[in-house]
Amino acid sequence: MNLLMDAPVIDYGIMQPILVVLGAAVLGVLIEAFAPRENRRNIQLVVTFGSLLIALYGVVTNTSEKHVGLGAVNSLSIDGPGLFLQGVILVSALVGAMFLAERDIDVQGDAFAPQASALPGSEDESEFTLRGWLQTEIWPLFLFSVGGMLIFPVANDFLTLFVALEVMSLPLYLLAGMARRRRLLSQEAALKYFVLGAFSSAFLLYGSALLYGFAGSVTYGDIVTAIGQDPGRNGLLIVGSLFVFVGLLFKVGAAPFHQWTPDVYQGAPTALTAFMGAATKVAAFGALLRVAYVALGGLRWDLAPVLWVIAGLTMLIGTVVGVAQSDIKRMLAYSSIAHAGFLILGVIAANPAGLSGSLFYLLAYAFTTLGTFGIVSLVHDASGEANNLGQFAGLGKRSPLVAGAFALFLLALAGIPLTSGFTGKFAVFAAAYEGGAAPLVVLAVIASAIAAFFYVRVIVLMFFTEPQGEEVSVIVPSMFTQVGLSIAATATVILGVMPQPVLDLLNNTFFIR
Amino acid sequence: MSANWFIILSAILFTIGAVGVLVRRNAIVVFMCVEMMLNAANLAFVTFAHTNGNFDGQVIAFFVMVVAAAEVVIGLSIIVTIFRTRRSASIDDASLLKL
Repeated sequence: MNLLMDAPVIDYGIMQPILVVLGAAVLGVLIEAFAPRENRRNIQLVVTFGSLLIALYGVVTNTSEKHVGLGAVNSLSIDGPGLFLQGVILVSALVGAMFLAERDIDVQGDAFAPQASALPGSEDESEFTLRGWLQTEIWPLFLFSVGGMLIFPVANDFLTLFVALEVMSLPLYLLAGMARRRRLLSQEAALKYFVLGAFSSAFLLYGSALLYGFAGSVTYGDIVTAIGQDPGRNGLLIVGSLFVFVGLLFKVGAAPFHQWTPDVYQGAPTALTAFMGAATKVAAFGALLRVAYVALGGLRWDLAPVLWVIAGLTMLIGTVVGVAQSDIKRMLAYSSIAHAGFLILGVIAANPAGLSGSLFYLLAYAFTTLGTFGIVSLVHDASGEANNLGQFAGLGKRSPLVAGAFALFLLALAGIPLTSGFTGKFAVFAAAYEGGAAPLVVLAVIASAIAAFFYVRVIVLMFFTEPQGEEVSVIVPSMFTQVGLSIAATATVILGVMPQPVLDLLNNTFFIR
Repeated sequence: MSANWFIILSAILFTIGAVGVLVRRNAIVVFMCVEMMLNAANLAFVTFAHTNGNFDGQVIAFFVMVVAAAEVVIGLSIIVTIFRTRRSASIDDASLLKL
């Protein structure tokens, strides 16, 4: 064995977005330690938005200069789909950061507890609230999570995938438990998210260990080669790939690994749910697509039955259970489960159209999710956020603009023609049909119809029902949320009316290894 | 000694951990079970590094230890905050979020 090694050549330009965001997160930790409390929020906001914009600029220049390739000694594969996903994640993070920065919705401050360590309802907490303290540590945590998300879909070996998964998830577990209002629910969501998340990442890791035993390497390219050389199916390979899929399917919220989704979506602060629902799903599906198309592409036919069952189950559970929900955040969580099912069709399709369709779907889905949860955070009653579905009755008469925007996002989620959701769904379903999954496509269309029922029900409630019971009001937010919602709404309309430029960008992009 | 025994041991440890997460009630015990699953994976990595004759698996084991340490910090902080609020570390007591 040769123990000498050459210094690796690292292309920093290709990794610029990742390095900038993670560097800014470290800087944020230092700001927490050294900047005076009254300035921290402003400094953190500058660092956060600045680093996200610089990173987005890096992604855009890398895309336009076609600066693609393997980075960091083959552990990252920054290719067309990878750059696209990084762009989507950064834009979602920008809009999500705008929601997180919102301070006008809650009279006491932002959506997070003044000090997460102070017991809810204690004297300490009321003292901190009275002083108007804000938990600015959310910003470095947020940036670490974004950094992990940027690595997750471009990871080119299972070790990087595992580390990126943890860097992305660990800060989210903490953030989910720090809500200012309803802290018990929030902490419970954090506990469930953490326990189930750690459980699933252990499966991912053990699966990687088995694949390493099979192939002698954890790099995707080497695993592809090893699968090609082994015509008989090795037990390590099959069990290892199943375990890896369990870990990834958990993160995308596919049934039967979906139980955490409604609890975490409901318990976490709504501004965080918006970011998490959009960006985590994009990052996790990016990684799932890369693993399924590249690393385990040779196992397509062996894994197809499993994926078929999971896709069908996910679509049915998401839509059927979603119809029965009375809490708007839980309903949207089940809708996200249903969408995960639709997106798995893009994984099953296993053709270039399936990949580009899924990527477009993810872009459209990110904006609609940000938009819906952004609007949910605006509707309040006397005790705080009004999450009961019945409380949305008559909203269209009181605030037509907000109700109209909400209707737009819901229609896009339902996939009505001329919205972004329709284009995405059509592309994915067509690709899956081409890929030989016709029965699943039929099931998906039926599931879409059921899902459309519960989206349209909310619209009917808002516009055609008289308000009953207690009065709810729509809060007028500050510029942050206004700009964030405008971006989400504009993108949803543009992607629906003229999707062609994005589809052209996605054509002929494929994973490299 | 054959490397198979180590793989079998790691599979047993992983199974004990996975079953523990599903059946135990105390959050700390559940958490220890997750750690055991990660360490089972470590054992598998190191054993496969031996059988494959390269160092990748051994290096990965160090990465996993670091990640597991980070997970301990996050996990314990969440469990401790919940315990301080509710005076209980039972997973089943945390059941406000229901359908």
